[in-house]
Amino acid sequence: MAKDNETGTTRRQVLQCMAWGSAGLLWTVTGGVPRASALEPGAKAAKDFTFIQVSDSHIGFNKPPNPEPDATLKEALSRIASMKQRPALMLHTGDVTQLSKPSEFDAAQGIMQTAGLETYYVPGEHDVINDDGKAFFERFGRNKKSGGWYSFNQGGVHFIGLVNVLNLKAGGLGYLGPDQIAWLGNDVKGLSASTPIVVFAHMPLWSLYPQWGWGTDDAAQALAHLKRFGSVTVLNGHIHQIMQKVEGKVTFQTARSTAFPQPTPGDGPGPGPMQIPADRLRTALGIRQIDFGPKKPSKAPGIQDSALAG
Amino acid sequence: MRKFLILAAAGFVTGFAGHAFAHDMGMMEARPTVAQATPSAPNTIDINNFDFGPKVITVPVGTTITWINHDDEPHTVVSSANPRIFRSEALDTTDKFSFTFDKVGTYAYFCSIHPQMTGTVVVK
Repeated sequence: MAKDNETGTTRRQVLQCMAWGSAGLLWTVTGGVPRASALEPGAKAAKDFTFIQVSDSHIGFNKPPNPEPDATLKEALSRIASMKQRPALMLHTGDVTQLSKPSEFDAAQGIMQTAGLETYYVPGEHDVINDDGKAFFERFGRNKKSGGWYSFNQGGVHFIGLVNVLNLKAGGLGYLGPDQIAWLGNDVKGLSASTPIVVFAHMPLWSLYPQWGWGTDDAAQALAHLKRFGSVTVLNGHIHQIMQKVEGKVTFQTARSTAFPQPTPGDGPGPGPMQIPADRLRTALGIRQIDFGPKKPSKAPGIQDSALAG
Repeated sequence: MRKFLILAAAGFVTGFAGHAFAHDMGMMEARPTVAQATPSAPNTIDINNFDFGPKVITVPVGTTITWINHDDEPHTVVSSANPRIFRSEALDTTDKFSFTFDKVGTYAYFCSIHPQMTGTVVVK
């Protein structure tokens, strides 16, 4: 999203910022999700707990519509510096690389470090291609003892990083597996139901479009462990576009890629990179800010998606 | 329709081809299937648009099958059997993988990156 205080703001950009406001209201009506407090003019964010989600950077991709995903990832991260409040941390929800190559991991890590934020990763299927994620977890892993899943607490929020791109079954979708689901049950056992939960994983944790593999076979079993919580936010990547679904107190949110868009479900023969004119590419790429207000820790956070261009 | 209404909202929020989205969604169910792969060379399986073509191939014992990836997306060719009978590395665009089938049998396989992609080689 173009900032409206930039010099040279066009009328089109201003109109799009206005669309943002009404769009936030629209989401409230259709999805029951509170609008992002950051959308409101003059919002005081000093005491909020905010963090960043980036996804699907696909470093190593070298074809149209974006032969330079390094550059667009850098652009996305450069947005952080201009945010009113410095985010507490950053999540990368997978497909860091295109082909799991060491050189791609090197390049991606170098760019991600430019943000200067503590960063938590989960792998996408592109990150675990030939070695079941060994190289990925050696570099980005937080828990080397198990299958790569982990949790941590920050800002009063309980974060859970799940891995749903390993041990995939022929004809199936994303897969968590019984070990990970049992771990999740134990992980949240001692938490108060008012603890805000943020789950992050690469593939969507709901059946968004199974024909294209956009879902996770055993997500329902995992989410059953989270039913008693008042605020559960599920952040995914994989589909390179923004979609959301609200199910009771659980809000599912998929994010844009920083590399290239993919078609909307069922639009065309398959979910490959969507071709888009070069001058429109950046309108389809972006970064996400998640904002927990200072006094409503048990409520759903505000979600603000910003495109790299208006 | 719920999902599509939400999608429309998301398109609007982002300004990302919002108008085109709405149009496409209306057309979605009526959209004709895009033509599949160009005709295969003998004993070749083409990967196009996240699909193996032909999905089932029947060949005599001793045949070497070659898979070619035509997508902009990497794919793999992995036997569904345990243990795996064959397993390719990641095939980037235009990469090939070949395997010679020396025994009679039905060999199911899939793409381990996109497991919704499945195929079968029948060896007689």
